[in-house]
Amino acid sequence: MTAAISVQDVTVHYGEVLALDRATLDVAPGRVCALIGMNGSGKSTLFKTIMGLVRPDSGTVRVTGQSPAQARRSGAVGYVPQSEDVDWSFPLSVRDVVMTGRYGHMGFTRRPRAADHDAVEHALTRVELTDLASRQIGQLSGGQRKRAFVARGIAQGARILLLDEPFAGVDKRTEATMTRLLRELADDGATVLVSTHDLHTLPALADEAILLMRRVLLHASPAEVLQPEALALAFGLDVLNRGDAA
Amino acid sequence: MNLLDLLLEPLTYDFMVRALATVLVAAIVCAVLSCWLVLIGWSLMGDAVSHAVLPGVVLAYIVGAPFALGAVVFGFLAVALIGAVRDTSRIKEDAAIGIVFTTLFALGLVLISVTPSQTDLSHIIFGNLLGVSWTDLVQVMVLGAVTFTILVAKRRDFTLFAFDPTHAHAIGLNPRVLGAALLGLLALTSVVALQAVGVILVVAMLIIPGATAHLLTDRFGRMLVIAPTLSAVCAVVGLYLSYYLDAASGAMVVLAQGAAFVVVYLFSPRHGLVGTRVMARRRRRPLTPAAP
Repeated sequence: MTAAISVQDVTVHYGEVLALDRATLDVAPGRVCALIGMNGSGKSTLFKTIMGLVRPDSGTVRVTGQSPAQARRSGAVGYVPQSEDVDWSFPLSVRDVVMTGRYGHMGFTRRPRAADHDAVEHALTRVELTDLASRQIGQLSGGQRKRAFVARGIAQGARILLLDEPFAGVDKRTEATMTRLLRELADDGATVLVSTHDLHTLPALADEAILLMRRVLLHASPAEVLQPEALALAFGLDVLNRGDAA
Repeated sequence: MNLLDLLLEPLTYDFMVRALATVLVAAIVCAVLSCWLVLIGWSLMGDAVSHAVLPGVVLAYIVGAPFALGAVVFGFLAVALIGAVRDTSRIKEDAAIGIVFTTLFALGLVLISVTPSQTDLSHIIFGNLLGVSWTDLVQVMVLGAVTFTILVAKRRDFTLFAFDPTHAHAIGLNPRVLGAALLGLLALTSVVALQAVGVILVVAMLIIPGATAHLLTDRFGRMLVIAPTLSAVCAVVGLYLSYYLDAASGAMVVLAQGAAFVVVYLFSPRHGLVGTRVMARRRRRPLTPAAP
């Protein structure tokens, strides 16, 4: 079976700074894979490389068996941004934002057709935001905001979904809702790559986990990755005493 | 004299008809563009590009090329120089913008001062609404129509670019192209507007209408209607005031837009200063009952 996400020997520099060092990983379709590492470990760079925002110095990236550019044009790549990267006062409704997931399927002026409206309503139902769909995007709670962007990926029909720190600053209940939602999407065949600091959600969320420190230190089941010896590799020894890595 | 006479009397003069048509086109096109500029955070960029087109316009005049061509070339040159200074030195973006656009603007002023037939060109700086010729009007109409059509036809892409360029990239659009298109349209719009209010005040028409509309609505689609409507009304009011008060016409239009912003800033139902204060007080009331 072709890997949904395949990163082979990828090295990325920002000027003199080494951001990714011969990173190699394969994620099979329908899996939830958690990406774990400290700040500066290359998580965001890895996302950018998969999306084709950063061109690797060496190595290859394949997304659903295609080059990143082909995968983007076919609408395969869905992306949920970090909260601080979004202008929450932007005058768009939740429905408007979800509709932007359809733009790749639309014509020159992006005028929505019946199929687009149907896809948006379906996605809103799926993330349980139908009642709030007319609200301005900033008038949602933290968890609802995340779900709105996941709905955009659903409306898009994305086969791989990239989530950058979706659990940062959300409460326990939201965390559980999001975890359930991502599991359901994976059961439907989507591949979910999610970067997170929250180690305690790992067993419920992920099928597999990757410890990243510029290169892939370990790619294994959540249970193996949560072994103290493994975490110490990625976070240093103090994680053994604290039990989490903020 | 009744109100209708007050409104119709200026229009018995051809120059006032041309002025009205010019200022309306400029006000509407600038206002539509301003909706994206204020949301992207490109107000300073609007300031820079609208000033930096000056040498381009003067050079175009000297060699007999269309003003729009010179403006677009120098608009992009300014943006490229700003990017280059920011990315290849320790200078921050706001300083880079300040250095590049003032230098280009000064170059424009120098070119004007050494070019014969100065009267024509000095109008570019402060605008000369009452001296617009039929040829000028045709140019404004054509450029305005082209810019307006592109902006409206591709409005959803530009809005996505403003809101989430990363998502635009992820679904196979090209944010760089969209950004460059907006900057090119910004340069063209500057040419349209400098006939009306002059290079110095163009930036007002490129920021105030969008900012005002943003305070009035949470829907981008409505912003795209409110901003040009408001801007057009202010343009007409400003022009008539300048006629009856015998005051500078371009500046009066900008003053009217500034006044409209102040009113909306204070009294906008949901995002106005007064409204939000009143709502905050209402929310506090149950906790601290008023003294008898």
